[in-house]
Amino acid sequence: MKKHLLSAGDLSRDDAVRVLDTAAELLGVAQRPIKKLPTLRGRTVVNLFFEDSTRTRISFEAAAKRLSADVINFSAKGSSVSKGESLKDTALTLQAMGADAVVIRHHFSGAPHRLAAAGWTNGAVVNAGDGTHEHPTQALLDAFTMRSHLMPDGGTGSDLAGKNVTIVGDVLHSRVARSNALLLHTLGANVTLVAPPTLLPVGIDAWPVRTSYDLDDSLEGADAIMMLRVQHERKNASYFPSAREYSRRYGLDTTRMNRLPDHAIVLHPGPMNRGMEITADVADSGRSVIVEQVTNGVAVRMAVLYLLVSGATNEEGEGS
Amino acid sequence: MATPDDVSDAATDPVRTVLDAGEISRALTRITHEILERNHGSAEVVLLGIPKRGVPLARRIARRMGEVEGREIRSGALDVTMYRDDLSLKPARALAHTETPDDVDDKIVVLVDDVLMSGRTIRAALDALGDLGRPRAVQLAVLIDRGHRELPIRADFVGKNLPTALTEKVRVRLSETDDVEDAVGIVGSVAGGAA
Repeated sequence: MKKHLLSAGDLSRDDAVRVLDTAAELLGVAQRPIKKLPTLRGRTVVNLFFEDSTRTRISFEAAAKRLSADVINFSAKGSSVSKGESLKDTALTLQAMGADAVVIRHHFSGAPHRLAAAGWTNGAVVNAGDGTHEHPTQALLDAFTMRSHLMPDGGTGSDLAGKNVTIVGDVLHSRVARSNALLLHTLGANVTLVAPPTLLPVGIDAWPVRTSYDLDDSLEGADAIMMLRVQHERKNASYFPSAREYSRRYGLDTTRMNRLPDHAIVLHPGPMNRGMEITADVADSGRSVIVEQVTNGVAVRMAVLYLLVSGATNEEGEGS
Repeated sequence: MATPDDVSDAATDPVRTVLDAGEISRALTRITHEILERNHGSAEVVLLGIPKRGVPLARRIARRMGEVEGREIRSGALDVTMYRDDLSLKPARALAHTETPDDVDDKIVVLVDDVLMSGRTIRAALDALGDLGRPRAVQLAVLIDRGHRELPIRADFVGKNLPTALTEKVRVRLSETDDVEDAVGIVGSVAGGAA
């Protein structure tokens, strides 16, 4: 595995399966009376959040704390960033404090890559969402959730070969869709992206996916369906005529859910707009694994931090 | 994984076999009876194997114990990877499965491993066990004790004491994990290592 986790595309099939298998073992820790492992004792994990986030930041914080790491939370609001400090100076400050891992969320695509490549920090950089680019740990937790439901015996050791995953919504602005498309393809799944033409990015032909403009055409064969959040700022930006029309054509309601195969599961990266891309009935139905995704998120992020931070880096160790 | 002296590749060095399948089987039978004798039966005993080869050994002891006691006895597994003290010296390792057949609180936990050397794996196992509960007592059963302890740890039940040089490696092969016949051998050079 590489030193940093910047893109879901950096993970080979074996790397990805390794993260998922590790997460499967770590999920058991949450059920124990003592939910803590001593593995990262004395290591420091910095959560560097330039953009608002509840679940991702809390999830990373819980993951690092369960591994006994010291956690420093940094959010741009109320920090020197609001006084105009650059990413570089912020990073150098964190480096001087001895960060072993930097979990970064930034509103600009490529900020984590800049941080990792510029040599401002010696720690492992984990992309927790950058602009409209990628969100690799979200893709890992989605894949983990799908694998535990769709593959026999909880899927340990296996990938998602042959499974059909439909991702619906604002693909254009969605880092979740981008990371999922890359990772699910690596794991052998067939990905279909469904969106209005205005919300599919230019150059989508180069992605390893099928695309469709019609949700009703893409339901029958799906093993898993993932609804993407429609971001509020897009609602009045002429990507679609009205929220009601979007909801009617691309929202998941009970009628559409009932057309899915019996074993199919419904995912959503959160936060949900109930009544917009997903109805409340569907979100609260037995098919929905949305709450489980949050639980799995902590285990997956523990696995990522363990694999990136705990061992010797590959240059020092004896390989693989 | 639990044995620092494990050689996983098909070693080209000559292997001196010190225990064959029959001897391993007899040693495990003896250990089973010793565990039962020491603990006045199996009622309070929980067997936990340390991956990877301690797990099938614990399973074999559990089967023998079940035959003697006339009831089904299940063993568990205790992965110690996250508790090791040498994690930062090597690239991150894959985790093995932890499962306990029973609550360990107030029980007598018998840890089972294939080779005891430095004692560091067992130190990690004691820490891991402490996070699962509070056993009344912890005992240790190993197939091979090869010496070279680095911590004040000893085994309660030993299949065979095997004095070795540090340049030698002890190689345990079990049918469950290695797809070959059970055997314990010594690999490596020591002067006058006649077969």
